Amino acid sequence: MRAKNITKLVVAVIVVAAAVFLSIAPLTDPNNGIPLGLDLKGGVHLVLQAEPGKDGKAVTRDDMDKARAIIEQRVNGLGVSEPYIQVDYNRNRVIVELAGVDDPEKAVETLKTTAKLTFRNDQGEILMDGSELKDAKAAVDTSRGSAEYVVHISLTTEGAKKFADITTDYLGKNIGIYLDEEMIQNPKVNEPITNGEGQITGYSSLEEAARYAVMLRSGALPVSMSVAEKRQVGALLGEDSLNRSLNACMYAILLIFLFMLIFYRLPGIVAVFSLICFSLIVLWVFYLIPVVLTLPGIAGFVLAVGMAVDLNIIVYERIKEEIKLGKSIRAAVDAGFSRAFITVFDSNLTTIFAALALFLLGSSTIKGFALTLIIGILASFITGITITRSVLRWIVGINPRLSTTLFGVKEVR
Amino acid sequence: MADKSKKNIKQNVKNEKAKPAMASMPAVAEANYEQVKKEHRLYFNIVKRRYLWFAISLLVLIPGIISLIAQGLNLGIDFKGGSLYNIKFDQAVTQQNITEALESVGISGQVQLSDGNTYAIIRTAILSDTQRASMIEALQNKAGAFDLKNLQEDSVGPAIGEELRRGAIYSLSLAAVLILLYISIRFRFIYACSAVIALIHDVVIILGLFSLFQWQVDAPFIAAILTVFGYSINDTVVIYDRIRENERRMKKRDSFEDMVDKSVWQTMGRSIKTSVTVFIALLCIYILGGESTKVFALAMMIGVIAGTYSSIFVASQLIVEIKRWFSGDKRKKAVEA
Repeated sequence: MRAKNITKLVVAVIVVAAAVFLSIAPLTDPNNGIPLGLDLKGGVHLVLQAEPGKDGKAVTRDDMDKARAIIEQRVNGLGVSEPYIQVDYNRNRVIVELAGVDDPEKAVETLKTTAKLTFRNDQGEILMDGSELKDAKAAVDTSRGSAEYVVHISLTTEGAKKFADITTDYLGKNIGIYLDEEMIQNPKVNEPITNGEGQITGYSSLEEAARYAVMLRSGALPVSMSVAEKRQVGALLGEDSLNRSLNACMYAILLIFLFMLIFYRLPGIVAVFSLICFSLIVLWVFYLIPVVLTLPGIAGFVLAVGMAVDLNIIVYERIKEEIKLGKSIRAAVDAGFSRAFITVFDSNLTTIFAALALFLLGSSTIKGFALTLIIGILASFITGITITRSVLRWIVGINPRLSTTLFGVKEVR
Repeated sequence: MADKSKKNIKQNVKNEKAKPAMASMPAVAEANYEQVKKEHRLYFNIVKRRYLWFAISLLVLIPGIISLIAQGLNLGIDFKGGSLYNIKFDQAVTQQNITEALESVGISGQVQLSDGNTYAIIRTAILSDTQRASMIEALQNKAGAFDLKNLQEDSVGPAIGEELRRGAIYSLSLAAVLILLYISIRFRFIYACSAVIALIHDVVIILGLFSLFQWQVDAPFIAAILTVFGYSINDTVVIYDRIRENERRMKKRDSFEDMVDKSVWQTMGRSIKTSVTVFIALLCIYILGGESTKVFALAMMIGVIAGTYSSIFVASQLIVEIKRWFSGDKRKKAVEA
């Protein structure tokens, strides 16, 4: 019994030590480790608000798709890795997150200007403005025998006349279609388009045609975009914040460990051991989901450590009480855990409710914080009832007649 | 899992019976009130002095509420819109130099220095692109050099603030309803009401102090308030759980007041130690963490103190008080039954 418990304990310590050692590299890898938020690695978070144009028409879903297409087009031009672009149709917003841009200023500058669609000739001279384009739709055309993916364009009355002239002049030549200063397409004019209805052919799929159709339509974007929110963090400052908060995190954890050792002696050591396991679990969950680590997220983690300690404290206080009541250490440990279980279950669940409310209704930064807190509470509960419990029982199993002072109880009356 | 724990308890009973050494002291299942009193050197009757605790709470709450009504909160850019520039200069700078640099380009802003005067936070209205460029140029020339990669900028339009506020109120309400429901199911409705009142107490104390001292509040402040909500309820439930446990063991002649007093003292060690550990964590964030987490940590520290106080001195005492009110006319019946 005794030898078996010693073996278990030694194996557990070695396994955890090895796990910690092996986890450091994959978890902190700058590219594939736990992803860092913009506030820690530098970047821009931009919320662009679509506002109705001069004609006062409400912003439609289609307008937002157009806006998104324009922004995507421009972001790609910036050469940012893994840009994040999201449309909030309810609030008519486009949210853009660009990590690690060298010149955030320029990025913001390019993104917020209104798009301009133009038709140009080979020399780059502007032939026609995109505002003359009434609509562009992707379609499948079977009139020439085989199925072809095309984009149907229709022009305003004014535009139809202009386009008739242009297509007559440039018959057999290419007309470039530009979004801002970038050419998105360069179709060849096969025949003059005189009725204001034309077709661009040569797409490999309907999706591709649709993508271009949206871009073409965006030339007639009736909304203007304004910056509703801009958060930009310089790369160096982000790194600085990361180092500071990791520093804070380290001191917090060390002081908590010290506190536990002073007040609970032997179980304190067990608590430190289970807190290490807890941290490891939480960090791996962050890695696997993955949870983007932000400043509020780190604060949430530190707080979760504080709450994980709480579980140990509840149990140990209970064990102390049971020892004082005259129970043997072994009985006290078992009773401590089984009685504290309900307490911890109820108290942690109510905290999860609050965190859940934060997660469901909070803004994006608050969501990250709430998520780390929820993961932290769950992980602390799991480590508490498994690791802390087992390790403490093994220790008591090694020597059931341990001195009660090891549990922070001065004497048994 | 359940089977295993049952087995353990049975085993324990056997163990205790098997040890004659223990027989000299009767193996009581539960400490009695007198024992608990003796246990704590600082023991004093908390329940009997409950009006004193309520008064102390009001003493903190009332000035805060008056301040909230009179001057409100010092809202940061997240709520009312504006720009915030956080700059890490290469060398220490002075407040005056920054203010002068701003004035030279006709921009008014609040300046706040920290960390050996190398970090500056400048708050302005939302600037146009040209204003912004000229401000940065003026700062670099007149206040001190800094790398553009050491610049953080937050600009928030007024619409976002409104959503933030609404979101906060919705999530607080949702959390309160969930907590109310859960505690009503697991405990009793009056427990749930007392707990939610104590939670509101904590939130109002934080809001009140932030209003009194006019500390600026931004989005992390809301996260702090909601976390306090979650943390403080945790504290309260631990005490409630003990009251629930002791209540089951109550004999007819035992007084409810004494039982609550005993329960509060039995969980006292845990309440204080837990708060201390969380407080340690927060203090580290406050002192060592960056500027942006400072407000969060401060609000949380106040919340942890208020939350611990309210769990012990408000939530548990309210149960006693509400129970007395309701049983006021029913007491005779209860005694007969």
